[in-house]
Amino acid sequence: MDFILKVWRQKSAREKGSFESYQIKDISPDTSFLEMMDILNDQLIRSGVDPVSVEKGCKGSSDPVAFDHDCREGICGMCSLYINGRAHGPDDDITTCQLHMRKFKDGETITIEPWRSAGMPVIKDLIVDRNALDKILQAGGYVSVNTGGVPDANTIPVPRDQAEDSMDAASCVGCGACIATCKNGSAMLFVSARVSSLALLPQGKIEAARRVKAMVAKMDELGFGACTNTRACEMECPKSISVTHIARMNREFLLAKLKD
Amino acid sequence: MSEKLNSKIPEGPLSEKWTKHKTQIRVVSPANKLKLDIIVVGTGLGGASAAAALGELGYNVKVFCISDSPRRAHSIAAQGGINAAKNYPNDNDSVYRLFYDTIKGGDYRSREGNVYRLAEVSNNIIDLCVAQGVPFAREYGGLLDNRSFGGSQVSRTFYARGQTGQQLLLGAYAALNRQINLGSVQSYNRREMLDVVLIDGEAKGIIVRNLVTGEIERYGAHAVVIATGGYGNVFFLSTNAMNSNGSSIWQCYKKGAFFGNPSFAQIHPTCIPVHGEQQSKLTLMSESLRNDGRIWVPKRKEDVEKLRSKKILASQIPEEDRDYYLERRYPAFGNLVPRDVASRAAKERCDAGYGVNETGLAVFLDFKSSIARLGKGVIEERYGNLFQMYEKITDVNPYEEPMMIYPAIHYTMGGLWVDYNLQTTITGLYSIGEANFSDHGGNRLGASALMQGLADGYFILPYTIGDYLAQKIQSPKTDINHPAFDEAEKAVKEKIAKLFSVKGSNPVDYFHKKLGHIMWDYVGMARDEIGLQGAIEKIAALKEEFWKDVYVPGDAGELNQEIEKALRVADFIEMGELMARDALLRKESCGGHFREEMQTEDGETKRDDENFMYVSCWEYAGENKTDIIHKETLQYEFVKIASRNYKD
Repeated sequence: MDFILKVWRQKSAREKGSFESYQIKDISPDTSFLEMMDILNDQLIRSGVDPVSVEKGCKGSSDPVAFDHDCREGICGMCSLYINGRAHGPDDDITTCQLHMRKFKDGETITIEPWRSAGMPVIKDLIVDRNALDKILQAGGYVSVNTGGVPDANTIPVPRDQAEDSMDAASCVGCGACIATCKNGSAMLFVSARVSSLALLPQGKIEAARRVKAMVAKMDELGFGACTNTRACEMECPKSISVTHIARMNREFLLAKLKD
Repeated sequence: MSEKLNSKIPEGPLSEKWTKHKTQIRVVSPANKLKLDIIVVGTGLGGASAAAALGELGYNVKVFCISDSPRRAHSIAAQGGINAAKNYPNDNDSVYRLFYDTIKGGDYRSREGNVYRLAEVSNNIIDLCVAQGVPFAREYGGLLDNRSFGGSQVSRTFYARGQTGQQLLLGAYAALNRQINLGSVQSYNRREMLDVVLIDGEAKGIIVRNLVTGEIERYGAHAVVIATGGYGNVFFLSTNAMNSNGSSIWQCYKKGAFFGNPSFAQIHPTCIPVHGEQQSKLTLMSESLRNDGRIWVPKRKEDVEKLRSKKILASQIPEEDRDYYLERRYPAFGNLVPRDVASRAAKERCDAGYGVNETGLAVFLDFKSSIARLGKGVIEERYGNLFQMYEKITDVNPYEEPMMIYPAIHYTMGGLWVDYNLQTTITGLYSIGEANFSDHGGNRLGASALMQGLADGYFILPYTIGDYLAQKIQSPKTDINHPAFDEAEKAVKEKIAKLFSVKGSNPVDYFHKKLGHIMWDYVGMARDEIGLQGAIEKIAALKEEFWKDVYVPGDAGELNQEIEKALRVADFIEMGELMARDALLRKESCGGHFREEMQTEDGETKRDDENFMYVSCWEYAGENKTDIIHKETLQYEFVKIASRNYKD
């Protein structure tokens, strides 16, 4: 398969970026999207190998495209490409690394951008800064227990359905697709997944009020937008995390505030 | 034996060693802990849990990770579960049985004392994780559920769907976040450790590269903990994440830390087969699938041919024409034999010409009988995410057609040599989790890596490092302007400059792939003398070629993923050579290390306990000098050594 790739290039956070087009040929449909990016980079690096063109100042355009990736099996949440106008590209319930070229048409032009959201500025090319997500979790996304001194694991039974619901929320990989997709740049799905997964368990219930207040306050402080219930986040979440968690978080938040 | 190789295993009965040791090691008072700094490198299960636990105790902790967040560490990808000797299913499990299975699974090449302690603290891990809000799978009565894993006849594996590593890591990451919020831990993301700094022979700091700005930074402490995982990416294609690398342990090695059993690498039997040269990584299908999946190839070569030319589907081959070869060869354990045994059995069938895909390197993992017995719903509940993952990659629906699988590099049992306190041969330098060599011998059992990472991080290191730090309460903060830091920083900068200056004609990946082929062909699932000797020569030649012909674009002072890779691959090449040397010297078969010359008549591993019952501990001798081997003899006081038998 052959493709034209329209890729966002941006040297650093301080500089302006723009699209550049590249041609790529003979890609097997079984190739993953990121392997296709590897092939593009190999092509770019090899074009820069010629020292004459480097000296002529062609170096900039032959620099490989920087993109985040790591596990390449859909669990680490590192990859973060906005492909043809969709977070993680044209397939459902996957991260970019699980996308395969068989999902595209031969000869297609593919537009590749970084996440674009005020809360996640571009660092270089397709790499964005997601430190804000860590900061929200640091504000309260945990159960305050120390190592040791905890009861036997079977002391508190947890209804199976509740544990399963908690697990659904806990499967968030923290990629940021929900935020990149939201027209308001809201982090509600991300935050609510953590709030909900802990609030659903008896172990997490105890400090649920304190947690939700701290995390919501941090989220607001970091400049993430409000939720206007468009549910776009849920559509693009690679782990199909439901917006019902946002409803649960709102309820938790309201209850917590009422007690203040 | 080198005098540095004192394993410090406490005297006394197995079950009292750790208890006794804890009473004898020193502790640091709360006020003094505030004065002591600890660097933790890596944020997987080992690093995150250690950093959190040390922060809780009151130490000043600095934790480093190469990704944008600690949560990305590759522990997150562990699927199947975590072992513990809870005996909740009432199937006669015990600390001793978990200990025994681990020693036997490791083919009698690990330390009794360490492994017993691991089994002993396993239960505390489950208790803690539940308290942290890890949503483990539960029965309808609300209690925790268990499943079975290879190498064991009891059900002792706790799990959270096929995402157990993710959930445990999120638990440790949350505990870490809590400490970051409380101010006891400082977190440094997108930083890669490039050297360890020694002052008067003691580990006192690290040199890192800031991966965003390219700046070289210095950090000092009273002790350094290496928790950077394994080096399976030496093979290029592995189930490891793309950024997982061995550079931090390799730098420690070059500064004098001994390297234990470098050749012990685990090949996982159930991975999605390789599809082509452009492939960047291999995806694991959890061992837990072997609970309900049956592994087979056709009995008849005609069927193999038809499968390869896509004239028939696997589901069309009748029962009587299928060879469930694991059930045939190992009746007692069946599909749940340990990983090394299952991997070799798959290779044996494929080498005999029964591989079921175009490349001839695949076998089936079939859920037909389980779906018939339990219903599709139950299978979906247990493995839904894995089935989805499989379908996304291969475009085949595993509910209808069996999965195709083949072994791939997954884990490295070898790593930095550590004593019972998890201290390396460098004073003040500790190593935990996959980065050390300690608990798995020649083969790690499934669901034991998570157990070891968390055991080391939560429950062992926080005690043992105190014994060392108790002597340091009078020591001032480490001065990062000390000449040792200047020297280390200079060396790192020179190495980076040298890589840029080569200006050769091939990108880094070209060399990495070449190394991977050498390693897989000669230092992989089956090894022999001639192949290993050839590999050592080939790797030496590759090293030369790399330093003459690599091309690293861009500059050092910016985000530059090519220089990151170049630094790692330069180290991988050297590690590959050491692995081959170690494999060559160990002229026996044990666990994942299979020497063709040493096998029984029916193709099983043949150990040589008389000559090789030791840990090979390598010492760096200097650039272009042959590394020196020392031996830590393994003593088995409590377990009766036997040849591993999974047949009856």
